[in-house]
Amino acid sequence: MTTVLEATDLGKRYRHKWALSDCTLSIPQGHVVGLVGPNGSGKSTLLNLAAGLLAPSAGRLDVLGGTPARDATALGRVGFVAQEPPVYSAFSVRDHLRLGAHLNPRWGAELAEHRVEDLGLDPSQRAGKLSSGQRAQLALTLAIAKRPELLLLDEPVASLDPLARREFLQILMETVADQDVSIVLSSHLVSDIERVCDYLIVLADSRVQLAGDVDELVSSHHRLIGSRRDPAGYPANQEVIDASHTDRQSSLIVRSHGPVLEEAWTIEPVSLEDLVLAYMARGKHPRSGHHFDGEVTE
Amino acid sequence: MIEFYLDQKSGVTPYLQLVQQVRRAVKLGLLHDGDQLPTVKDVVGKIAINPNTVSKAYRELEHQGLVVARTGVGTFVAVAPSDGPPAMLRPLRRDLERWIARARDAGLDDEGIEALFIESFRDASSVAAP
Repeated sequence: MTTVLEATDLGKRYRHKWALSDCTLSIPQGHVVGLVGPNGSGKSTLLNLAAGLLAPSAGRLDVLGGTPARDATALGRVGFVAQEPPVYSAFSVRDHLRLGAHLNPRWGAELAEHRVEDLGLDPSQRAGKLSSGQRAQLALTLAIAKRPELLLLDEPVASLDPLARREFLQILMETVADQDVSIVLSSHLVSDIERVCDYLIVLADSRVQLAGDVDELVSSHHRLIGSRRDPAGYPANQEVIDASHTDRQSSLIVRSHGPVLEEAWTIEPVSLEDLVLAYMARGKHPRSGHHFDGEVTE
Repeated sequence: MIEFYLDQKSGVTPYLQLVQQVRRAVKLGLLHDGDQLPTVKDVVGKIAINPNTVSKAYRELEHQGLVVARTGVGTFVAVAPSDGPPAMLRPLRRDLERWIARARDAGLDDEGIEALFIESFRDASSVAAP
């Protein structure tokens, strides 16, 4: 399968602190990839590395089959929208489109003008006078009109109100339906990720905690509820990701490598949000999944 | 034409929600044989959902024999008229409404009614299953 992003032991260090370490990933083509994780977990670092704005401190990263931003052709194949919508406040909307046309050989002028019209943006309006939602839409328009094969979006909807957020995602998804583009977007909003992404990467503590096809991840994880027990009593063929206990009950989130054989457990599905939280928590306290505090009283 | 929606609190994956909505609409007689489902692009433009998810839901419906995809034209409902005759639904619904009223009179709250229904339904289904 063709990959859009291939990382091997990738790491990035700022002075003494590793912002990203031991990152090994292989993202197949044609997906909308959601990148989630707490603040400072390395999401922006990974996206900036992929855009070629940062150079790795360790390991190797290939984007669309080569070193990111190695030449003009490679730059033209990747679109990147940074966290703060990268538009020039003194430039009008029209200026932005003209700039895009000059800088990008594969520029879709008609596509860009269409989008601006659909969005109801006044071409003579300066970007500095636009609302944050409109600025984000303009930045997305520029990135889309570039006709990239890979679009990287760093928290594109974080500053938008719910309506602007929905419109942004609608346009993004229409673009996916229309064009052959793979997308990697970071977000804190698992509900948005669940809507638009079919591939998920959870980063925590500057490491990849989980990566895979969303449907496969959801169907391979379960919540097991049973009488309270210590780790020795956990089902042997299940990988315990997270465990919580009350006086009488143990509740586990497990990754299943086979059917749960004991009948003592009630098996329930895990929502994507709970799944993400479980892996984030595991990144925070690397062994919390197997940690058991307190004694079993029977 | 069916209009899809996503309930993000349901805990059901978006893909399954789409499948269930079509199944339900067919069962309730809201979608008939030959009706066209919205195109993938229409759906993603309306509810901001991943196009692969919509395609996957349509493939699953096709696999279940509920729809047929005609290349370049669209996806169409394909059910024999006998699959869930709407005429039968009305008396069944009336019975169910009466039953709910009786359950309320007996002092059950909404949660209790739902729990009782689901449990009875599961019991009956497990007996009916081969």
